[in-house]
Amino acid sequence: MKFIPESSSRRVPCYRVLDEDGRIIPDNDFVPVKEKLAVRMYEQMATLQVMDHIFYEAQRQGRISFYLTSVGEEAINIASAAALSPDDIVLPQYREPGVLLWRGFTLEEFANQCFGNKADYGKGRQMPIHYGSNRLNYFTISSPIATQLPQAAGVGYSLKMEKKNACAVTFIGDGGTSEGDFHAGLNFAAVMEAPVVFICRNNGWAISTHISEQFRSDGIVVKGQAYGIRSIRVDGNDALAVYSAVRSAREMAVTEQRPVLIEAMTYRVGHHSTSDDSTKYRAADEIQYWKMSRNPVNRFRKWVEDNGWWSEEDESKLRSNARKQLLQAIQAAEKWEKQPLTELFNDVYDVKPKNLEEQELGLKELVEKQPQEYPPGFHV
Amino acid sequence: MLGILRQRAIDGGLAASTLRRTRSALVSARSYAAGAKEMTVRDALNSAIDEEMSADPKVFVMGEEVGQYQGAYKITKGLLEKYGPERVYDTPITEAGFTGIGVGAAYAGLKPVVEFMTFNFSMQAIDHIINSAAKSNYMSAGQINVPIVFRGPNGAAAGVGAQHSQCYAAWYASVPGLKVLAPYSAEDARGLLKAAIRDPDPVVFLENELLYGESFPISEEALDSSFCLPIGKAKIEREGKDVTIVTFSKMVGFALKAAEKLAEEGISAEVINLRSIRPLDRATINASVRKTSRLVTVEEGFPQHGVCAEICASVVEESFSYLDAPVERIAGADVPMPYAANLERLALPQIEDIIRAAKRACYRSK
Repeated sequence: MKFIPESSSRRVPCYRVLDEDGRIIPDNDFVPVKEKLAVRMYEQMATLQVMDHIFYEAQRQGRISFYLTSVGEEAINIASAAALSPDDIVLPQYREPGVLLWRGFTLEEFANQCFGNKADYGKGRQMPIHYGSNRLNYFTISSPIATQLPQAAGVGYSLKMEKKNACAVTFIGDGGTSEGDFHAGLNFAAVMEAPVVFICRNNGWAISTHISEQFRSDGIVVKGQAYGIRSIRVDGNDALAVYSAVRSAREMAVTEQRPVLIEAMTYRVGHHSTSDDSTKYRAADEIQYWKMSRNPVNRFRKWVEDNGWWSEEDESKLRSNARKQLLQAIQAAEKWEKQPLTELFNDVYDVKPKNLEEQELGLKELVEKQPQEYPPGFHV
Repeated sequence: MLGILRQRAIDGGLAASTLRRTRSALVSARSYAAGAKEMTVRDALNSAIDEEMSADPKVFVMGEEVGQYQGAYKITKGLLEKYGPERVYDTPITEAGFTGIGVGAAYAGLKPVVEFMTFNFSMQAIDHIINSAAKSNYMSAGQINVPIVFRGPNGAAAGVGAQHSQCYAAWYASVPGLKVLAPYSAEDARGLLKAAIRDPDPVVFLENELLYGESFPISEEALDSSFCLPIGKAKIEREGKDVTIVTFSKMVGFALKAAEKLAEEGISAEVINLRSIRPLDRATINASVRKTSRLVTVEEGFPQHGVCAEICASVVEESFSYLDAPVERIAGADVPMPYAANLERLALPQIEDIIRAAKRACYRSK
């Protein structure tokens, strides 16, 4: 009689390509990344950093109501997106705007959603950072945690039925794996043999809940086998490792029609969101350590620079351009008028029902009769 | 399944009058021979799903026991053999799982028909129904619509206790973004389910286990594969002039029986079958009450915040000056459903309760 021990004597090893100084670890297998792709990846990682910084500050200044940064997780955001095909359907959690950025969402489009103005594709229906784009195959962000996991299995199933050369890719944090939907999503994807890549960003914290209080397993990667799912643990702060792992996982998912699980180890440098002050529950020097010494952007920059593909001059030009563009985008988005009143009643259903038509008419009449009760510039 | 005829003795007068109303409710210039065709609700639902799957390859069925077992209540009988395991999918026991999968598949353009073994179990998946399915079209500003149907038995059955007997009509019908339907007859079942499957919005389709085996006359038109009933339109099952009885699902049958008994005592009751809980056909209800001046609403579900409460509010708001008596609400008892047969009977509306309420409204009894 032998019990399987609650934990293995050795933790599952972590796949990495670059060491902390940005040098390729010898005798390693990885998907090579040429100059053009590498430079684009780096530029986008740096842009994401600038975007996060500026939008965060805008919230602090009271110009937008809420924001959520991806600081510390730039490699996961950009490298995973770079490894996918544009036909792959992404079901994000909420800390993956870099995937949308990679696919072509502009800084202006990000700003419009945060300000909920008339140009927002979301028509002002959702709070900031709940981006979505049908055109870019990125599903609109939904707040309840982990609901996207079984939904991704459903999307994968539909791609399978239509025999498309594409997979579903879905993201989840370490905390989200505690949800019942994590179990349901992985179990189903395995049973249905759906082409889904599950990417777990294990960043150590779920608001103030540390991973030691979230689960007692060796992270998330060990859970894959429990569902019959091929899994890998990867250094999430190593852009090349993330790129290789996601590239390979995607191939497996599509050609073998099976789900794959990737656990990307990283650290949430920022607060959970602008509603959080993480210094209340974790040491300030822990945050500093990860921000300075384990920074994924700096690490990848070293490799790109060592190859002669990037310079200090390129760096300052990129950052100042990105900053300028963002500040302009915010100024423009702020000035842009808000959605007209009719958008309150649209899209509840495919076709507006009679009761809403009546209510819309009633409200229009009220606004016309009592304009002083409504803010200036409020339009119907 | 087309062509399956159940020859069962049924009250000839009621069948013929129902058939006449069925014909007049449909837009058609043709006339039909008085019906010999009958169909159970089970066969009506099965044929509806079969025809919609045949017409549209994006439609697929998912749920526990729907495939090999032929359906927990045999509603999906024969579909696995006909369409294969990819389109008739037997799921593991995770309501949250298969509901989420259905929503995801709908997001991606398929048209899932998700079966809950009973809507009591839908509570384990209700976040997906409400926060994802119902609200996605609005939150995504029309980019993500969810053409999904959630169906299954709802409300009380017989001797199944508290966790298998709750009616969820009021819960789901309170949510904007959902459509909620409740068929009564075989024609309702066919027409409403076909409409639900074709609808681009998420639909909650509340069946009744005890009605599955019941046979109803069915017209040629209703048997046609293009047959569809409009969502949001109630049906006047029986015309009357003294009191309006509004209800849905199994209680429609009880209301019709009550109306017969009332007719013997000189009270002419108009019976309205809601068919659609959301959108609620307030126009038909109010037009009827303005004619009769009296309202009795009936449901099996819990009384507080029930469907009947909404109907009463609508009538009091819109037809107050037409009312000659206070509105009457008949609902299930405000207790979790007991198991013992005698207690269960006391916890649910009976025909006598409806008769008494109608008479109260007519000032004929206390």
